[in-house]
Amino acid sequence: MSTMTINLKVWRQKNRNDSGHFEDYTVEDVNEHMSFLEMLDVLNEKLIKEHIDPIEFDYDCREGICGSCNLVINGVAHGPKHKTATCQLHMRNYKDGDTIVIEPPRSAAFPVIKDLVVDRSAFDRIIAAGGYISVKTGSAPEANLIPVPQDVSNTAFDYATCIGCGACVAACPNSSAALFTGAKLAHLNRLPQGKPERDKRTIAMVNQMEIEGFGDCSNHGECEAVCPVGISISAIAEMRRSYMKAVF
Amino acid sequence: MPSITDALLSQVGRKILSGLTGLFLLFFVIFHLIGNLAIFGSPDAMNAYSMMLHDFGPLLWVARIGLVIIFVVHAWVGIAIWLRKRKARPQDYKVYSSKGDPSRQSLSSRSMAFTGVILIIFVILHVNTFALGDTGDVVLDGRTTHDIKTLVVDTFQDPVYAFGYAIAMVLLGTHLGHGIWSAFVSLGMSSRKVSAVVYTVGVAAAVLLAIGFLFIPLYIYFGGGCDAALINCN
Repeated sequence: MSTMTINLKVWRQKNRNDSGHFEDYTVEDVNEHMSFLEMLDVLNEKLIKEHIDPIEFDYDCREGICGSCNLVINGVAHGPKHKTATCQLHMRNYKDGDTIVIEPPRSAAFPVIKDLVVDRSAFDRIIAAGGYISVKTGSAPEANLIPVPQDVSNTAFDYATCIGCGACVAACPNSSAALFTGAKLAHLNRLPQGKPERDKRTIAMVNQMEIEGFGDCSNHGECEAVCPVGISISAIAEMRRSYMKAVF
Repeated sequence: MPSITDALLSQVGRKILSGLTGLFLLFFVIFHLIGNLAIFGSPDAMNAYSMMLHDFGPLLWVARIGLVIIFVVHAWVGIAIWLRKRKARPQDYKVYSSKGDPSRQSLSSRSMAFTGVILIIFVILHVNTFALGDTGDVVLDGRTTHDIKTLVVDTFQDPVYAFGYAIAMVLLGTHLGHGIWSAFVSLGMSSRKVSAVVYTVGVAAAVLLAIGFLFIPLYIYFGGGCDAALINCN
């Protein structure tokens, strides 16, 4: 098994108020089967042994489903592999001697907390504005009581796979959250359970996007390219249609 | 429920405004080019076309004012989007690149604000040169009308105008390369198949419009359209 030496330029920032800077590191004996985050784990172990603050980065499941990891690698959110979250990116995509620049998502709405960790609670507030359906909790209702055509449930599920990682915002030249918001709306608005609150939800979530300081969508479509679950920008077009229906 | 004004000023509303006004301007540009083709017709064709437009009388003014409003709204929305984008990412990436397909990010999409601002300046100069420019009179079918043909042919004898216009038209094509498709997405086009077709047709239309427009000043500069002649053609 071949090992590699990887050079890193990593964004280090002590806290929200620190202006931050890039720090150079060299990681030796990188195994091609390591995930990108495991490579950072190896570096952090070394830093801890040297009494240097380890690099902070977000992660949880490490299997591409939680949406916690969100590094911008060589200027591309989640790195070079399509439909792949940072945690599922493997070092076999790099070669010995490569230099990799790692940055946090850059957006006024996602302030850096430390190093590569950003505060994505702006997404939570967009969801809180309307990204839900109002139902009585308790025992689950009979599943066949509300018929949902298969194609509708399939498409709704495609949009529901959004894991809220924020790569769309990170990659968008305008820092727009249109794909995230559009995916949530396209998921909920097409299902019978989501229809009663459709208009209110659409207006509230679009409004919250604005309040949080995300940029406007200019239809660059970069968000779809970096989305680890491949959400289509059709969601954004649907959001606009829903908004027009709700308002006009 | 937001008011219509608030809705149009929202993030989605701004894109709808941008798309709608953009499509109106696209139609205008297409008709403008068709009108310009009169330069290749008979020596009187361009002045006859101009006289036909002036015959609309007050309606022409309604169209002109409408066009100015649409242009201003389109420009204002574009600038507002650009200003907000700068605010939304105060610190830029050290390294940034596109992940490639299915991204539609391109030189065209990234330069919309730049090409847009240049086109604003161009339109002001263009209107000043031709719509507000001093034309002589010419008698056509027994009626006196503006001799726009001479003004056009005369103006494009100057290489600064001829090549300046050609460059501006390349920028128009660049703007439309992303803009035509983007307008449809802004107005809710979500079908992936239709979207792919519209993108290809949009780019082709942008290229054709740019070539059509830039061909005219260069054609005149290199000696075309001098049949009416009056002036010292190159």
